[in-house]
Amino acid sequence: MARETQDPVITLERVRVQFGKRTILENVNMTVNEGEFIVVLGPNGAGKSTLLKLLLGLLKPASGVIRVLGKPPRRGNNAIGYAPQHRKLEADLALRARDVVGFGLDGNRWGPGLPGARRNAIIDKALLEVDATAFADAPIGQLSGGEQQRLLIAQALLTNPQLLLLDEPLANLDISHEQEIVALVEKVCRTRNVAVMLVTHDINPLLTVADRVMYMAHGHTTIGPTNEVITSSTLTQLYGSPVEVVQALGRVFVVGAET
Amino acid sequence: MLNILQYSFIQNTFLAGSCVAVVAAVAGYFMVVRGLTFAGHALPNIGFAGAAGAVLLGIDPVIGLYIFTIGAAISIGLLSKEVNERDTSIGIIMTFALGIGILFLSLYSGYAERVYSILFGQIVGISQLDVLITAISSLLTLGMFLALFRPLLFSSFDQEVALARGVPVRLLAMIFLILIAITVSLSVQVVGALLVFTLLVGPAATAIRIVQRPLWTIVIAIILGVAYTWLGIFFAANSNWPVSFYIATLSFGVYLPVRLLSPVWIGRRARKIAAARQQTATSLSPAGDQEQSKTMPSTERVQGSSH
Repeated sequence: MARETQDPVITLERVRVQFGKRTILENVNMTVNEGEFIVVLGPNGAGKSTLLKLLLGLLKPASGVIRVLGKPPRRGNNAIGYAPQHRKLEADLALRARDVVGFGLDGNRWGPGLPGARRNAIIDKALLEVDATAFADAPIGQLSGGEQQRLLIAQALLTNPQLLLLDEPLANLDISHEQEIVALVEKVCRTRNVAVMLVTHDINPLLTVADRVMYMAHGHTTIGPTNEVITSSTLTQLYGSPVEVVQALGRVFVVGAET
Repeated sequence: MLNILQYSFIQNTFLAGSCVAVVAAVAGYFMVVRGLTFAGHALPNIGFAGAAGAVLLGIDPVIGLYIFTIGAAISIGLLSKEVNERDTSIGIIMTFALGIGILFLSLYSGYAERVYSILFGQIVGISQLDVLITAISSLLTLGMFLALFRPLLFSSFDQEVALARGVPVRLLAMIFLILIAITVSLSVQVVGALLVFTLLVGPAATAIRIVQRPLWTIVIAIILGVAYTWLGIFFAANSNWPVSFYIATLSFGVYLPVRLLSPVWIGRRARKIAAARQQTATSLSPAGDQEQSKTMPSTERVQGSSH
């Protein structure tokens, strides 16, 4: 469970986000502590990716206060690791796995960069952490979705961030790869004591792993332990219409919520 | 045959051609990587219209060339990638520009030599001053590519993460296109507007099929580009046929077998890597690693709601 040994990693107070006239998010309040594993859930368009963009400094809120590690969000913050929604990577791009991971280290610095033993050692260590050593030199176009996702996570971890933001890392993966990635993220979260915010649309693979769940719908959010948030009453209140949480076949189903 | 090399005008030609070939190879690599190879057609054709127009106005055609290619590059930059039929629109615009250029040419009553040389390339006999200008411009442009190398490659691979890591993605994209325009204008003087593609994209497209590491791909592209240029100038100097023909033929002649045979060695490498992976199979899911990237497995979850 979360340890409150230090100041929170993320603070949001009364945050509102608007695109033109549309209010995407309203009155978002939450804190995330060091080493916490937060799963962010909600239907498409609920604002989950918007939340990540706020934390990354890519979007400004219309009102409210956001603090990431005590400071306002800014782009290029090395204390945040980010892996956006995985797409099938261009096979034409002709990069190897280790090249992709290497971007996380110095892809944002000017100049061609000099290869070196020290740099390779750091990248090798990152590849080892995500179990990607076996295909480190393979062109990325030949890797499966799960393998590519592991590389993106390794890339996000290279600056030893205190916060890891993952946007739909399990999308388009089959069940075995899903479990791999969940296990990897949990390992990373606990061994590095890094706070994780994982955006997904299905809570089931993460039921036992999440410390807290943040549910977003209709511009509103609620955050708390899984068994308090994923309940019929909580979600009905959130959606403003009848929602039933059903447990069957050892899984949780949210019935009645719109897309 | 080799005694032609003692002539200084031939030496100038080799020098200018080499400088352009190097920067063209680097530019071409990034064009292939970013999916902008069509610009290798569009920019020179639009540039030609500018050159022909400049001649009609009594100005140096190279000035018209640069103005129009840079203007076209900026316009392409402002057109977002997601715009439907971007390539078609640009294709139509570029052939229109070619037509305008042909009109300007026909309206011009003086010697059209300079404009023809823009279309077809006329590097043999390039003046001392032009060599100097070309060499310096090439080196400066190459320097810019090197300075922007890492963030450019990063944002070509993944715009979102690069943006989150502080890379000025949109600005870089625009600067990149302007650098391409300058490279195109330089290449036009070697192979002519119609054949810029062979020098710009040919070597890089070939190199990418040979290796999959950015550094080595660029090195091989440079070697190929310079080789085509040297051989092209050499053969042209010893015969009556144009340099651009030789360069285009060499570019095609090397690309074709590489393209046809590359699945062989790429497949062989893939099998080697897959075999290595099997040996060091992890405890998590040995079955999953054997999948090829071609099939994206769909999720098998049953969901009560369509989130």
